Amino acid sequence: MAFLELKNINKTFAATAAVEDFNLEVEKGELVSFLGPSGCGKTTTLRTVAGFEIPTTGSVVLNGEEITKKAPHQRNVGMVFQAYALFPNMTVADNVGFGLKVSKKPKAEISKRVQEMLALIQMAALGDRYPHQLSGGQQQRVALARALAIQPQVLLLDEPLSALDAKIRVELRTEIRRIQQRLGITTIYVTHDQEEALSISDRVVVMNAGRMEQVGAPYEIYNYPATPFVAGFVGTLNQIKCTVVDAASGVLAHNGQRIKTDSLIEKKDGQLTVMLRPEQLHLGVADEENQLKGKVDHVAFLGSIIRILVRVGDAILTLDVLNERGHTLPRVGEEVTVSFPPHACWVLPGP
Amino acid sequence: MRRRSFGSWIWVVLGSVYFFLPLAASFLFSLRKLSDHLSFEAYRGVFSDAGFFLNFGSSVRWAAITIVASLLLVVPTVYWVHLRAPQFRRIVEFITLMPFVVPAVVLAFGLIRAYARPPLELTRTPAILIGAYVVLSLPYMFRAVDNGLRAIDVRTLTEAAQSLGAGWATVLWRVIFPNLRVALLSGMFLTFAIVVGEYTFASLLAWPAFGPYVVLTFQTKAYEAVALSTLSFALTWASIGVIQWLGRAAPGQAQVAGAR
Repeated sequence: MAFLELKNINKTFAATAAVEDFNLEVEKGELVSFLGPSGCGKTTTLRTVAGFEIPTTGSVVLNGEEITKKAPHQRNVGMVFQAYALFPNMTVADNVGFGLKVSKKPKAEISKRVQEMLALIQMAALGDRYPHQLSGGQQQRVALARALAIQPQVLLLDEPLSALDAKIRVELRTEIRRIQQRLGITTIYVTHDQEEALSISDRVVVMNAGRMEQVGAPYEIYNYPATPFVAGFVGTLNQIKCTVVDAASGVLAHNGQRIKTDSLIEKKDGQLTVMLRPEQLHLGVADEENQLKGKVDHVAFLGSIIRILVRVGDAILTLDVLNERGHTLPRVGEEVTVSFPPHACWVLPGP
Repeated sequence: MRRRSFGSWIWVVLGSVYFFLPLAASFLFSLRKLSDHLSFEAYRGVFSDAGFFLNFGSSVRWAAITIVASLLLVVPTVYWVHLRAPQFRRIVEFITLMPFVVPAVVLAFGLIRAYARPPLELTRTPAILIGAYVVLSLPYMFRAVDNGLRAIDVRTLTEAAQSLGAGWATVLWRVIFPNLRVALLSGMFLTFAIVVGEYTFASLLAWPAFGPYVVLTFQTKAYEAVALSTLSFALTWASIGVIQWLGRAAPGQAQVAGAR
């Protein structure tokens, strides 16, 4: 039996379903992300684990104990909020020690544990500060230490980095993952940032409109998206509308240009859509590969990569090229050939 | 810049003269009980009257009970409205404004009519006066608490405390109250000032209080009455001073920067 189980969770707010039929088993020590656009039900689902929402139907089982209707303060679940939510009237040390003080632990034990936690987040010298004297990143680290101080069974993070600068965000997510792995704490991480979810999770749950779209390791989610929504939401995706030329050998055509795929084509004729990741496309002619002729529409220099948009027929293909010094960038309007291997194609039935 | 600040100062001075002149005049008047020289004779008269201690003591007691009752009523209510029922905020605010709409005399007669006979015969107990004072304090108490709660993220702070194992009482006592300290103090102070100086309710509901006592004194002893007014002003200002000082000491709220 899994450490944390969410069984058939449904949550309805005034006749609108926020979460529908959510089922998940989380192993001890695992970090699972809930990824999806705002309003997809990811935070609502997280809040049923924290006890701030009671599911309309379904149950939450933690370490073998059913906790669906248990009050939040009796659950021993640590939570970190987007808005930090540090107590403004308390010092950093008192914030971190709050949960222990509430559970009436002896003073010596509290101060020892607080020191350990502050050392863990590398803020040992700042225990006497007040929250308003700290930067956003520091405040969120204190919030993390505060949630961990009570040695919770599960750590819940609700968009913890959304209010921070891009650079701090990347630093802190690495630190969160480091601490999570070191303590081996079972964690649920809610985010709308796909890069964040892919980079720190053991598994990702992609959600849309209250439903689970796909559950899997970051690698699986990105390379083998189960639904068009997942494919479109996680990473960038090119879509090319095609017609069937030869179903048996997987040959399609777009505006008269031939595309060979490895996929099994079930349709004999009509429209299909081929999906391609930008990093699987490259400029220039290559043997044994599909070759589409087009015109450069736009070139965007993004630092480590260069993103090139090529118009092929009535589709625009996005492709990424690694930046190298001395590289000559294609000019807008230049005629180019875009190549990609047949196995890169992901064929969807329907236009 | 200089010209402009000079212009502002003129208004400050004019305003101060307008407010302080009557006070100074009253104070001077209160020192003239003995016609040949200035003295504190009127004040001695006040403090040697047992009625002063009886009535002032009563008012302070009413004020203290009112503050406790009002806090117990307003803080949990407004907290709950902020947390769970924000759509009722306007309704609650409207109800608290009643004392501004209904004149005290009308309210007092209404109370007497409603509570002078069974099943709820309250006119014989001070509860009727406290009830009236709680209603009177509502606009100030509500506004103070409401502003205080708006300044903090009540919902997230509550949830953070709950997830750390705090029950409702602990959340209110350790998280909400401390962060409302300055707001609560100002609400308490305003309530105190209003109740101690109140006349209509105390007089009509016939309970001993400072307001009716001052009015009664005016009818017989002019110098003592003015001395009383001066004393009550001094008391009010002393309270303001105490509130300011306490507010400054509240950590995380007043201190903006710097080491401690």
